[in-house]
Amino acid sequence: MNQGIEPYLLVSGILFAIGFAGVVLRRNIIVIFMCLEMMLSAANLTLVAFSRHYATPLSTPDYQAHVLLFFIITVAAAEVAVGLAIIVALFRTRRSIDSDSVSALKF
Amino acid sequence: MLFYLFAAIALAGGLGVVAFRNPVTSAFSLVASFLGLAALFIHLNAFLVGVLQVLVYAGAIMVLFLFIIMLLDIKSDEGPKITKLMGLGAALLAMVFVGMLWRVTVSLKSAPLETLYPEVRSDAHEIGRLLFGEYFFPVQVVGILLLVATIGVVVLSRRAVR
Repeated sequence: MNQGIEPYLLVSGILFAIGFAGVVLRRNIIVIFMCLEMMLSAANLTLVAFSRHYATPLSTPDYQAHVLLFFIITVAAAEVAVGLAIIVALFRTRRSIDSDSVSALKF
Repeated sequence: MLFYLFAAIALAGGLGVVAFRNPVTSAFSLVASFLGLAALFIHLNAFLVGVLQVLVYAGAIMVLFLFIIMLLDIKSDEGPKITKLMGLGAALLAMVFVGMLWRVTVSLKSAPLETLYPEVRSDAHEIGRLLFGEYFFPVQVVGILLLVATIGVVVLSRRAVR
């Protein structure tokens, strides 16, 4: 392995951009939510890449990044549970999961 | 090289999520993307994180997504068509972002990653020591967060009682 971390950063960034485009483009709330998860995962890849970047044969990788990632995954799991419950509640009242049908707070 | 294979899987899965009209296809595409990402994690010597990515993201979270998609039984996925302007705007935004990122990464020129010798302890050992030593209080806080989320989901999904 003799490449730098730039390819990993680039993959992470492109994945984030794809997720961002999906959030802007799609109208299905569930797909928008999946794109958000994808953006979160893409950011995780940057964390791991930099943790590996600072590792030398003499020192272990910076495991603080892995601990942070552990917390991010936990919070993401809680977020998904609550978000999907909100989507189900929304579907019950509106009979639709189109993001355009939720405009009660629109000014 | 393995890196390009897994990067291609992750990116193609990501594109599939946005491109497919059917939410179930999107969800399976996202599973493929997460598996590719987990392989990239393992490629970076982050074994525990890679396994967590498969178990939590590709396993638990995506099953929840598929369950909700099939529970709601959405017949017509999208209402009005995506206009040309919207597509152009989204593509432009993403392009600008990737362009900026390209400039930064090209100018970065980091040193090549050094090969790691086989470690005495596994990374799970080290991360566990950090989690239950230095980060013990945050772990407890996250436990309470999960409890609150569980209660919140139960309250949200209950039918409103008048």
